[in-house]
Amino acid sequence: MSERTLTAPRPNPETQAFWDGASNGVLKIKSCGACSRPHYYPRAHCPHCGSPDTGWVETRGEGEIHSVSVMRRGEGAPFAVAYVTLAEGPAILTNIVDCDPDTLAVGQKVRVVFKPTEDGAPPVPMFTPSGD
Amino acid sequence: MSLRNAAYIAGAFEHPTRLAPDISTPQLHAECAAGALADAGLSLQDVDGYFCATDAPGFGPISMIDYLGLDVRHADSTEMGGCTYIAHVAHAAQAIAAGKCKVALITLAGRPRSESVMRFRPGAPEQDFEQWVGLTNHTSYGMCAVRHMHEFGTTSDQLAWIKVAASHHAQHNENAMLPKVVTVEEVLESPMIADPLHRLDCCVTTDGGGALVVVAPEIAKSLSRPLVALRGAGEATKGPSGGLGLDLTVSAAARSGPAAFAEAGVRPADIKYASVYDSFTITVLIQLEDLGFCAKGGGGKFVADGNLISGTGKLPFNTDGGGLCSNHPMFRGGITKVIEAVRQLRGEAHPAVQVPNCDLAVATGIGGSLGARHGAATVILERQS
Ligand SMILES: [Zn+2]
Repeated sequence: MSERTLTAPRPNPETQAFWDGASNGVLKIKSCGACSRPHYYPRAHCPHCGSPDTGWVETRGEGEIHSVSVMRRGEGAPFAVAYVTLAEGPAILTNIVDCDPDTLAVGQKVRVVFKPTEDGAPPVPMFTPSGD
Repeated sequence: MSLRNAAYIAGAFEHPTRLAPDISTPQLHAECAAGALADAGLSLQDVDGYFCATDAPGFGPISMIDYLGLDVRHADSTEMGGCTYIAHVAHAAQAIAAGKCKVALITLAGRPRSESVMRFRPGAPEQDFEQWVGLTNHTSYGMCAVRHMHEFGTTSDQLAWIKVAASHHAQHNENAMLPKVVTVEEVLESPMIADPLHRLDCCVTTDGGGALVVVAPEIAKSLSRPLVALRGAGEATKGPSGGLGLDLTVSAAARSGPAAFAEAGVRPADIKYASVYDSFTITVLIQLEDLGFCAKGGGGKFVADGNLISGTGKLPFNTDGGGLCSNHPMFRGGITKVIEAVRQLRGEAHPAVQVPNCDLAVATGIGGSLGARHGAATVILERQS
């Protein structure tokens, strides 16, 4: 099977800290100083209340599968697309990797694993079964 | 301001092509426009409002109005993915009610089988966080189906019944891409594309298009076509909401549907025919629940055993064969949903699938990615004498 090409993210001032974290093996989300609610994907403003008072939070990189679908056709197939609900609250759209995709199930515990992209761009946060 | 009776659908046309290598995309728009205007008994010179979306080539309405030779005083290029054209019907009615136009033309056309087409504009705010995931519509809708099965015990057999019902209707449509009747077993035995969606859980890809003519009440009453009134409309969008609002089993139709029913002053039980956007089988099941045809979680039982088949089931749906079997031009099924609802209300559907005394219909759709960000639009249409 052919490897799937991972489109490189292009950090911008709004997202640079996220990608710096990724390069250091840390999954960061944002939290709101006004309403205290976290969000992902990270924005300068809070999507829950609109406040610009947001700050970066380091997550434990742990969560569980909310839903998962295995793509059976095309480049890199089979590969698993999933929403993972982080321990800190937000769901993240991601891939579940380094496993047999046929064994994946809703509710399964997973942990973050960063995977390299093209041309020295920052790695991206995927997840793998944590086995506990 | 209510949109009830604010406007009427006087013209509806579905292009018969499903593969169009030898015609330009603008020309396909023009043929659809001509077809719908002829159906209404109107001409290009009568049009004073024009509606299109990103399937229209070039600079949207600015390019197309000039290409078609229109002289309009109102233009709208609202973009909500595949359900756009359902929303356009309501937006045309709003414009007519506000006195901004009297004859609104809506066109859709595209040739994804014959040319490479751009489906998305780059630079979305989520792009850097999601593009590498390789999310396609198959896995997006697949995750919704997985979650629906997890929460409610919905089965692949139940989803397959949606395809089976569509195929029963498509056999009577001479233009249908897939006119063969299929069984639940055949759906389940077709190749898995993205778990749990098989190839036959997915809609077709077609070149083609369609057009609608939405007119002011006095114009509708001056024409010789049956009166199909807009009785109610709703629209909504939904996304992951920063990751805290994710609920893959509920679509934006849970807001667009009830809004349309409230404006129309009718209930789901009053509906004689339903056009339900069918990009995938799961798309239909979730919308039927969200519109209130059954309780959330009850969709699997509701669609099983042929309940959507015209003549035998309780809720005849997509009697043209829908996107699952007939046509999904330019990856966009919204306009064909309205067109078949108009056929039913006029009594002009194929006799084998025509619903008797069909005086109230719903057309509802999802646009975008159900498992990520999507829009929904719903219209309730009424046959008047
Ligand atoms: Zn906030």
